[in-house]
Amino acid sequence: MTITDIPLQAYLVVAAMLFCIGVWGLINSRNAVRVLMSIELMLNAVNLNMMAFSSYLDGSQVRGQVFAVFIITVAAAEAAVGLAILLSLYRNRDTVDMEQFNLLRW
Amino acid sequence: MSLALSTQLICFLLLSGALLLGALGVVLLPNVVYSAFLLGGVLLSMAGLYLLLNASFVAAAQVLVYVGAVNVLILFAIMLVNKRQPMRPMGGLLLRRLLSVGVCLGLLALLVQVALTTPWALPGPPSIGEAALTRIGEHFFTDYLLPFEVASVLLLMAMIGAIVLARRDVLARDVVTGEPADQALLERRRPPFLPSQGGSSPSAPSPQ
Repeated sequence: MTITDIPLQAYLVVAAMLFCIGVWGLINSRNAVRVLMSIELMLNAVNLNMMAFSSYLDGSQVRGQVFAVFIITVAAAEAAVGLAILLSLYRNRDTVDMEQFNLLRW
Repeated sequence: MSLALSTQLICFLLLSGALLLGALGVVLLPNVVYSAFLLGGVLLSMAGLYLLLNASFVAAAQVLVYVGAVNVLILFAIMLVNKRQPMRPMGGLLLRRLLSVGVCLGLLALLVQVALTTPWALPGPPSIGEAALTRIGEHFFTDYLLPFEVASVLLLMAMIGAIVLARRDVLARDVVTGEPADQALLERRRPPFLPSQGGSSPSAPSPQ
């Protein structure tokens, strides 16, 4: 079956919107858990791009799907380590407010 | 997937609408628990979009890894660090938000412009449909074998690293003096590493 009805650009635009929402959340969240969730949103947006390209431009050799699986792997590792860092940070600073993690600020 | 074209279009619109609304909710809702549950919804809609794109294996991996593992991990983290105190107010927050909205809209305009004006090599080769699963397996064990193995090493490193970072220091002996460590001290609340610069009183004991 060939995909002809939904244009490739529709997927790309949705992924771009999701990525921008993720960037906004990354900049503006003060809860550190929400920052991690925003990073997950951005990774998912990139994954959607990968899958769209894999399906539309590389339909016989689906290399985009392989890359997407690798991205999912790395994202799982990132979430585990990030949340562990967050727990350790919470024990030391007793807060999850990003504005108070300013030890390295000049 | 062999769906009718109109069904595909309706599914795409519904899924992307749920995706974008859920993502906005993740970012904007004040309660972070609601955000975590909405993140699960976003990840599920993403899996639906993968199914629309003939990628059933990645959709299953997305549901297993993201919804089943990462989202549950985030919920556990929220449960562990759930501190119901309002964030300290700070000046210039509204200005910062508006500025970042501008920046993000600019980025969005740039990305959409690139997506719409690039002459993509369409139509590509015909899609192999459900045979993609066997093709992914061939890729994993032939030309992407090294990244596949490195990914397993990365997962092992992340697992050990997460355990090392998140555990409490339960040591039988003090490292410096060699004396037996007082285990009763370990379950007590540690003093903060640095005094927090807010107005939070340090004398509020909370069970950990």
